[in-house]
Amino acid sequence: MSAVDISRHDVEEFLFEEAALLDEWRLDEWLELLTEDATYQIPSNDAPDSDARNALFLIADDAPRIKARVKRLNDSEAHAESPRSRTRRLIANVRITNRDKDILSVSANFSVFRYRRNAPLRQYVGRYEYQLNATGEALRIAERRVILDPTELGTLGAVSFIL
Amino acid sequence: MFRLNRRTLADPEILTRELTAIFDKSWIYCGHESEITKPGDFCTRDVGGRPVIFCRDSSGDIRVFLNACRHRAAIVCREACGNTRRYNCFYHGWSYNRDGKLVGVPGEDAYPPGFDKSEFSLAEPSHVGSYRGFWFISFNPDVADLEDYLAGAKEYIDLVADQSPSGQMQVIQGTQEYDIRANWKLLVENSFDDYHLLSTHKTWLDYMKDSGVQVEPPRGQGLLLPSKGVGKGLGNGHAVIDNINFRGRPVAKWISIYGEEAKAEIDEIRAELVERLGERRAARVADTNRNLVVFPNLVINDGSSVTIRTFWPVAADHMKVTAWALGTKEESEAARARRLDSFLTFYGPGGFATPDDVEALEAVQAGLATWRETEWSEMTRGLNKEGDQLNTDEEHLRAFWREWNNLMTADA
Repeated sequence: MSAVDISRHDVEEFLFEEAALLDEWRLDEWLELLTEDATYQIPSNDAPDSDARNALFLIADDAPRIKARVKRLNDSEAHAESPRSRTRRLIANVRITNRDKDILSVSANFSVFRYRRNAPLRQYVGRYEYQLNATGEALRIAERRVILDPTELGTLGAVSFIL
Repeated sequence: MFRLNRRTLADPEILTRELTAIFDKSWIYCGHESEITKPGDFCTRDVGGRPVIFCRDSSGDIRVFLNACRHRAAIVCREACGNTRRYNCFYHGWSYNRDGKLVGVPGEDAYPPGFDKSEFSLAEPSHVGSYRGFWFISFNPDVADLEDYLAGAKEYIDLVADQSPSGQMQVIQGTQEYDIRANWKLLVENSFDDYHLLSTHKTWLDYMKDSGVQVEPPRGQGLLLPSKGVGKGLGNGHAVIDNINFRGRPVAKWISIYGEEAKAEIDEIRAELVERLGERRAARVADTNRNLVVFPNLVINDGSSVTIRTFWPVAADHMKVTAWALGTKEESEAARARRLDSFLTFYGPGGFATPDDVEALEAVQAGLATWRETEWSEMTRGLNKEGDQLNTDEEHLRAFWREWNNLMTADA
């Protein structure tokens, strides 16, 4: 497989599968969608285009940190997610914005609805920026950047789950 | 005896009184000098419940204006940060220069004789003051001089500022702004409560352990985590925990998470500290970590990173939190990246620890609905003990609460 052969439909299938794994808290399976050197980032709301090396982010995980995050979330003593949030992800406006030989750049809008205990609905709105590796049998996530639209995290509170 | 009436954390009437008895009487943190550097630079924010413009005037001096038009009160600056020649109220078109002077009034000839623009400059707080780059404002005309007010907290602000070769720390871009559904005083307590570390932050400690960091304190004296840490009041309600560091500091205390390649640079940072401050002071700066509360609502956590955190009560059970990372002006790209990475291991809405603190505070707030049935909270760890109060005792929490009580029970 290479980046030139992949259609938007293929990318959508992949993102929908990812969303299902996350909504179902199948985090170990989600890890298998990532490359060995994957990154997962959420910039601070007031610096959406910045670089994690010189700006404070909400999340700026390298691959070992992503694995540590999943290990933490699988532990019942990750109190912020015990009991776990119930989430529902809607992903739309999927666009392939660039094709290299091996890498697809993908942009997608999201709305993630989060319920937890008796807290009111919290709705995370923004867009994903992916770099997808297309060299293997299946697509793999090399970069996963989450850009939030709200100007502050505010009443959303925390990003204690995988957004 | 020391016990805490839970109504203080739950009753909206208490908050109403706090706004005048605490926040309108104290110095409130406004911003850091590094956030605005050139004439005309500004940041808008809410401080002490008022919208303010934290800015540099035409001479480059730091000023704080109340962000409200003198005509009908509309805010005159609606951007978060930037640089401007004028603050323009778009409603009727009044405009102010960088010095806050009213310079433009459309249709000025309709005003009666005697209307004088010079009487309508943007208003300013009663007092504006700074200590080592940290700027505070007060709406109390009779407030003590800032340095007298800061009292023993100055020593701990010095330990932060001294990390920079030039004494200049820098707020790094990227602001964490998040709400907690809890009373603001619970975050004061939580910001330097070391008693909760083992039970609340087990997953963070596991992460550190997995990463090869020694998380167990040196054994001895029957002390809880970490040993050789103290908690104390610093006067005027300020208080601190001051601990021997053994879990790493971007300033000159290497741990495995930073990577082998960081060792040489951290040695260099340490050598610079020793050269400039001497061995003893360098060790004080680099080998201890400190969580400082500046009464009433500023926290400076100087540990795995340097965090400035302030918070504001929007209701008795709801606060807005703002947090920044602070670095030295001189640090290299790699050191800056390391500092930010270190910040995120623990802190912030996506960190491995802060979300669990938020959960703890919200759990407390939920339980506080029983304040009429169960009136008192227990806060007596270390009470009446001789010698140092530990970081896991509660003397520093009591220091905050005693000042709170003084102000709340003083004559209005």
